[in-house]
Amino acid sequence: MINVTINGDAHRLAEELNLTDLLAQFDIESDKVAIEHNLAIVPKSTFARVMIGDGDTLEIVHFIGGG
Amino acid sequence: MSDKLIVAGKEYNSRLIVGTGKYKNFEETKHAVEASGAEIVTVAVRRVNISKPGEPMLVDYLDPKKYTYLPNTAGCFTGDEAVRTLRLAREAGGFNLVKLEVLGDQKTLYPNMPETVEAAKTLIKEGFNVMVYCNDDPIQAKILEDIGCCAIMPLGSLIGSGLGIQNPVGVRIIVENANVPVLVDAGVGTASEAAQAMELGCDGVLMNTAIAEAGNPILMARAMNHAVQAGRDAYLAGRMPKKRYADPSSPLAGLI
Repeated sequence: MINVTINGDAHRLAEELNLTDLLAQFDIESDKVAIEHNLAIVPKSTFARVMIGDGDTLEIVHFIGGG
Repeated sequence: MSDKLIVAGKEYNSRLIVGTGKYKNFEETKHAVEASGAEIVTVAVRRVNISKPGEPMLVDYLDPKKYTYLPNTAGCFTGDEAVRTLRLAREAGGFNLVKLEVLGDQKTLYPNMPETVEAAKTLIKEGFNVMVYCNDDPIQAKILEDIGCCAIMPLGSLIGSGLGIQNPVGVRIIVENANVPVLVDAGVGTASEAAQAMELGCDGVLMNTAIAEAGNPILMARAMNHAVQAGRDAYLAGRMPKKRYADPSSPLAGLI
């Protein structure tokens, strides 16, 4: 098990996994979001190559209504 | 007659930019945006609710291929937060056009101009096209243009207040000084105020609450669509001079 923080909340993941798999696990379409991994923005093209490790912090954002 | 709004090299037929917040639901958002005729819509960047997968998303109702998404930095009170938000927005949407707003305090949402200027410099250096929310100060507006902002967007009055254009003289001076589009952003409450912004010579108007919090948002969206066009036409036509006394419209000659 690894511990990670996603959007401010603590989560436990069964294993180290890459961002594409993480999004699939949460049923999120990758083309609709952007991800910040330990404060660095991850280019979408590299989601499959970026591994999430123990203690990592992720922000997953999308567009919502706003003025 | 070709009279298009040109922002960062791209042409738009509509001079009205609308926000997508405060609506009852996405269905209403979609219909209001359609009625407004807007081609650019502002959007906010927020965390995905990962505990509720499969929730409807804005992009399912407003196609980013049909509308130009203009990500904002609403809720950001420092330049660093705003820059971080827009870097994420660029990655989420893949576009460079952004709306920068760095707010000064919760009560007024008045822009913090020193932070705004610093953030704008950083963003422009990174290749963003920055439409910038600012106060109605012509000197400040010129500074923002000089550092490379692609549109200057002074407030009409406080965000969400519906108090109209409180400083029309200031807005007019900004328009006269500017070589980039000037849009009144914030404060417009009803159609006549949108027309007033356009009659002052603004290139466009950006609004959200005036439509979303109207009794009938979709009807108000249509009213704003017409008002912006009417105000633009009136500005281009050139208004008649004001006189102090009456001037009959019917000829006096041939009077019985």
